[in-house]
Amino acid sequence: MLDDFFTRAMVAGVGLALVAGPLGCFVVWRRMAYFGDTMAHSALLGVALAFLFEINLTAGVFIVATGAALALLFLQRHGSLSTDALLGILSHSTLALGLVMVAFMSWIRIDLMGFLFGDILAVSRVDIAMIYGGGVLVLAVLAWLWRPLLAATVNTEIAEAEGMRPERARFIFMLLMAAMIAIAMKIVGILLITSLLIIPAAAGRRFASTPEVMAVAASLAGALAVIGGLTASLRFDTPSGPSIVVAALIIFLLSLARLPSRRPTPIKSGGPS
Amino acid sequence: MQAMVNGPGTLVEMRNAGVHRGGRWLVRGVDLTVRRGEIVTLIGPNGSGKSTTAKAAIGVVRPDEGSVERASALKVGYVPQKVAVDWTLPLNVERLMKLTGRLDRKRIAAALEAAGIAHLARAEVQNLSGGEFQRALLARALAREPDLLVLDEPVQGVDFSGEIALYQLIRDIRDRTGCGILLISHDLHVVMAETDTVLCLNGHVCCRGTPENVLKSPEYMRLFGARAGETLAIYHHHHDHTHLADGRVRQADGTITENCQDHHHAHDDGDGSLRVKERGHAR
Repeated sequence: MLDDFFTRAMVAGVGLALVAGPLGCFVVWRRMAYFGDTMAHSALLGVALAFLFEINLTAGVFIVATGAALALLFLQRHGSLSTDALLGILSHSTLALGLVMVAFMSWIRIDLMGFLFGDILAVSRVDIAMIYGGGVLVLAVLAWLWRPLLAATVNTEIAEAEGMRPERARFIFMLLMAAMIAIAMKIVGILLITSLLIIPAAAGRRFASTPEVMAVAASLAGALAVIGGLTASLRFDTPSGPSIVVAALIIFLLSLARLPSRRPTPIKSGGPS
Repeated sequence: MQAMVNGPGTLVEMRNAGVHRGGRWLVRGVDLTVRRGEIVTLIGPNGSGKSTTAKAAIGVVRPDEGSVERASALKVGYVPQKVAVDWTLPLNVERLMKLTGRLDRKRIAAALEAAGIAHLARAEVQNLSGGEFQRALLARALAREPDLLVLDEPVQGVDFSGEIALYQLIRDIRDRTGCGILLISHDLHVVMAETDTVLCLNGHVCCRGTPENVLKSPEYMRLFGARAGETLAIYHHHHDHTHLADGRVRQADGTITENCQDHHHAHDDGDGSLRVKERGHAR
């Protein structure tokens, strides 16, 4: 069944979307979209370093993405710049560093476009094993972490006071993000990874009454986006990664449409005080 | 820090505790003990370190000097001063109850009932009014059946009659479960009947004791007298001896005399007086 490249792409993409759903919900709830973007952009630096030191590519990306997250946490605590500015600096400087380093390494041929925008049609059986193995691990850890992380998301102080150890939850969540970025890079590329996290989660909000339902809805929306996007890319001969993101966008826009039987969700920033 | 504290029934004990942040001491030299079955109230002007003290007591912030000791395996229920839930997070009241631990339906229902919001179990927290949300947070903390309940201005956004009912509820909880309660309030008169010990803070503990003694103490009068124009005009009448008695009478039976209202309207400057005005119009 996995002989066909298109089937492999479909299986890999759906697997990734299922993992991205719940993870993406936390990215949205915690307002970490730009943070996720920054971690993803640092992935190219990870790729360059992996080639330089001849280590496993996925491991390299994981390590550098984690490093970027830790650097940000450190700077947030000890620096005087706003988080927004720090993210902008880290995000683009790691990307630029990666690009420059890759350019220097003339002895290696690197498919830069593949890393930036993904090459889902080139997915191998090993990649699929990696996505599902890593994906199950990420979801298992997230399930274990669910209550403390959700409590910390609603209110850090309540979580801290009631023994949920929010700092630890936040740190583990960052490791999960780094892992997700490492396994997703090949599918959608580092420039589009966060879209796979955020757009399906945003689409799922419309149909959810609890966080858990939203996580499942996000997974399903993501899977639907992969199936729709890949099918369309085959039909219209468009690039696969961007096609998946466009499909996700369409699902999100449809989710905004008013359903006759439901009350619309009021859009407020923040809750009652 | 999580050591066994001295004395039976002691839940938390702070000795000479201080918190230093951003180049200044938020609060210093706090000695504070909360025992099982005891209600301790912190009062003081804005920025006097009430919330910081409460957070240090339960380990949300670390003290930079002194010590904080909590009973081992202390179960805390915390209602912070401000909670904002992002609208992207679908969270109904029932789910909010289970935020930091498993709870069975019966306990959730009982806590919601006690807080008077049983009918809102399915409502999304973002759609609640300020007072309803405050009750939901209180119900959540109650449902945990904590050893120590920490309430940071639990009645904000609640109207006056609801305020008294909530304080009565807090006392009932203490009577029923025997937990210790650390309460932060801006209005000593309202909490008076329900509290055992009052600590008046202003960057340090400026006076302490039973509510009656604190009301009479010169430190208390000086503190709120000196700051009258700035923030808490509501405390004005504390210094007027004829009105001190009125305040107590009002507290006891829940009515405000004509006299008292006129007095508040005369001091129309600051947040505190605004609150009083609202109350005046409400009745």
